[in-house]
Amino acid sequence: MKWKTLQPHTKQNVFTFLGLGVVWVLVAVLRAQGVLTRSAAGLLVPICCYVVMALSLNLTVGIMGELSLGHAGFMGVGAFTGVVASQSLMNAVPSVPLRLLAAMLAGALFAGVFGFLIGIPVLRLRGDYLAIVTLAFGEIIKELITCLLVGVDEKGLHIIFNYKGVKGVEDLNLSPAGQVIIKGAQGATGTQTIASFTAGMLLIFVTLFIILHLIYSRTGRAIMAIRDNRIAAESVGIDVTKHKMIAFVLSAAMAGAAGALYGLNYSNLVAAKFDFNTSILVLVFVVLGGLGNMRGSIIAAVLLYVLPEALRGMRDYRMLIYAVILIAVMLTTNSPIAQSFFSRFFRFGRKGGETE
Amino acid sequence: MSESKKRPPTKMVPVQTHAIVPERDANKSPILECYHLGIDFGGLTAVNDFNLIIGRTEIAGLIGPNGAGKTTIFNLLTKVYQPTRGSILLDGRDTSKMSTAQVSRMGIGRTFQNIRLFKEMSVVDNVLVGLHHEMDYRLPSAILRLPDYWRGERIAHERALELLSIFDMQDLAETKAGSLPYGAQRRLEIVRALATNPSLLLLDEPAAGMNPSETSELMDNIVKIRDLFQIAIMLIEHDMNLVMGICEGICVLNFGEVIAKGSPDEIKQNSVVIEAYLGKKDGKNDAKEAR
Amino acid sequence: MEFLSYLISGVSLGSVYAIIALGYTMVYGIAKMLNFAHGDVIMVGGYISFCGFAYLGLNGWLALLLAMCVCTVLGIVIEGLAYRPLRQATSLAVLITAIGVSYLLQNTALLTWGATPKVYSPLIPLTNAAGEPNALKLGELSISYISLLTMAACIVIMVGLTLFTSRSKMGKAMRACSEDKDAARLMGINVNTTISVTFAIGSALAAVAGVLLCSFNPTLMPTTGSMPGIRAFTAAVFGGIGSIPGAFLGGLLIGVIEAMAKAYISTQLANSVVFAVLIVVLLVRPAGLLGKYVPEKV
Repeated sequence: MKWKTLQPHTKQNVFTFLGLGVVWVLVAVLRAQGVLTRSAAGLLVPICCYVVMALSLNLTVGIMGELSLGHAGFMGVGAFTGVVASQSLMNAVPSVPLRLLAAMLAGALFAGVFGFLIGIPVLRLRGDYLAIVTLAFGEIIKELITCLLVGVDEKGLHIIFNYKGVKGVEDLNLSPAGQVIIKGAQGATGTQTIASFTAGMLLIFVTLFIILHLIYSRTGRAIMAIRDNRIAAESVGIDVTKHKMIAFVLSAAMAGAAGALYGLNYSNLVAAKFDFNTSILVLVFVVLGGLGNMRGSIIAAVLLYVLPEALRGMRDYRMLIYAVILIAVMLTTNSPIAQSFFSRFFRFGRKGGETE
Repeated sequence: MSESKKRPPTKMVPVQTHAIVPERDANKSPILECYHLGIDFGGLTAVNDFNLIIGRTEIAGLIGPNGAGKTTIFNLLTKVYQPTRGSILLDGRDTSKMSTAQVSRMGIGRTFQNIRLFKEMSVVDNVLVGLHHEMDYRLPSAILRLPDYWRGERIAHERALELLSIFDMQDLAETKAGSLPYGAQRRLEIVRALATNPSLLLLDEPAAGMNPSETSELMDNIVKIRDLFQIAIMLIEHDMNLVMGICEGICVLNFGEVIAKGSPDEIKQNSVVIEAYLGKKDGKNDAKEAR
Repeated sequence: MEFLSYLISGVSLGSVYAIIALGYTMVYGIAKMLNFAHGDVIMVGGYISFCGFAYLGLNGWLALLLAMCVCTVLGIVIEGLAYRPLRQATSLAVLITAIGVSYLLQNTALLTWGATPKVYSPLIPLTNAAGEPNALKLGELSISYISLLTMAACIVIMVGLTLFTSRSKMGKAMRACSEDKDAARLMGINVNTTISVTFAIGSALAAVAGVLLCSFNPTLMPTTGSMPGIRAFTAAVFGGIGSIPGAFLGGLLIGVIEAMAKAYISTQLANSVVFAVLIVVLLVRPAGLLGKYVPEKV
């Protein structure tokens, strides 16, 4: 009885990792055989990024139980930090994998710091008020990045915060050998695209590893206890602010790493990419995958990211179909009538209850 | 005691507290001391001039009609509310600057009138949250699953099952807490509070919603817990059989003020109490029996 | 003088936000849901009135009336089909459904009216036949009639809604439902009807806001409603979500702050300034300016 009870979690985790590994090998083989079209192969890295985004947001929404509507902001911080790190380390670190690693770490670090700073005010609020403030911060981050002019030369980084919109690239005073990395509203241009599917899969593994091991630890239990009943958690001596902060910062840092990978997958990237709509997109993955259900997040992120691409043949109708599918899925999985229908015929309701 | 009906000036001097510390605790320092404790909500005085001393292994009862301020006193002791006046000494230390979590770590465990479990978590996880501070591994060890994680988890897990076995709940360990029957949820709250290794356990209506046989089992268990853990227990309860059966000292509250303190026998005889409370209570009991 | 004209443009923009926020706050108060599709109802209102005068040859006021009718029906249909089945579901499920509805409306509009912006002719033309601005002149200051109309509309709507919720039978039913749906049902209130009426009112207000918004900013696109929707949501939270005077005050303040930020700080950071003020306000008053903060009962 006693020690055995810990094992189901561990066993499940191992299966999750194994499944992920099989998918990795399968995709790699398909790619090597040339079965994947060019456009499909191009989706691999963004899919990995969005899977990590969904996993990290699930930590905030599913495990910590607070609605965040600004998760894309952290991705943006990570993306631009990653691009700056990678471009400025071009000469210092010639090895691409190492540079990619450094960029992702820098992205995670910066996003984590932002998460901490934002968490101080945000985590004092509750419910929908917290949600609107995360939305606010997401938009603020996006606009602040739009004001950035960053360049690098042999003397180091040159940064201008161009909030009046009057300065230009020439104000960076770069030496002739210098290179502009971020051009304000035009975003990052001329980035060397070093992101790879391998890095993406590794990032998913690391994220999943951290989150799953966090959940089944004293810290994770404390975070979930606060979600279920804050006052009771305090009454057993849990420090609410500290544990919420741990979850929030970890979530932000993971989003930052995903952002760095994302940013290094495109030679041009604008801050407007990381707006409210992207936050919502990721939130949809999390909710459809099931709150607190990490495997669900992965599957939902992959399917829902691929769906609009698969519907590309329908041209203008694809987003309409996407919307209809989204509403239909929400109605069928959540309305009592549909639930009893499913539970009778597919034994589906049981699973739905588990994920909530 | 009738003097306390007039609002006395709030001064920080020790007063006659009429504490009924049992003889076995008499020469040990008390676990809890409250002096002139009071709180106002807006203009309303919810609790006023509450004085109490509880011995190391005492079982004390806090009774009074609905709205008398009993739960408010628990909330003051656990710092869910900050007192407007007065002081609370826990094991001789002033708790005025502490938060709920700190007071819990200092040794107050509690249950809630409206059950507050971690509903989405399993029974054993609820207890493990209570054991949070008994585990000493850090987050990096947990993520990397270092040996101290496994050791800490194993010890805590065994301890959790041991605590659950007090109420014979070890077989329910993997059940979701929210799906337990009502009585079991109340028992689980007690186990969770015990997991924090308290020196004072506050039980807010532990027998609410229980049938007579469950209640008498609970009475045995409360005494058993006190004997086993050698801790003080203070309980709010409307079931007079339970209160009179196991409490050594009883404090009666009405309209936020203490109207009587004493042993169960003294309280039973007290005319103020009978007038304010027991009279009504007797009427209720008659009605119940008639049904 | 410059300051005053900024202030006036802020107040008139704020009045539009306030009208949207009033609809938002009513729906939130009763259904406890963040209705992200609200902004898109504004857009639909704009397009319907556009069709009214561009294709049906109606005058501006009749077009407004048409838009209000269509949006009212739309609001009731959305509530009935998408939100009602989820009455018992978690708030997140409803939120995602609302997002789905928002996508649906935007993309339907995209397919119906195309992606190219429509040039909207304002309810009251900005200039008269002689080419002079249609505005009230007070010395150097000039206030366009459309601004005056917007401010007046906003005040009338706010007062009307306050009276409606406090005096009328339906208004009382709404307040009862917003406090406790089950208790309201037991008292014989038809909760579904009450919620439908709330959505109807909110959507009609969205139509009004759509027409006024497009009168200020005469380019109409399928995404026209999203940003004002979010802004109005901010306004509702700012004033204390669920509170009618709060939404009014929040809308005006957001409008004024936005105008001032654009004028004196930075055009690029106007949104950020608005959001930063919101954050500060929520830290000082966690339930908004006029919202009641209800601590959790232990």
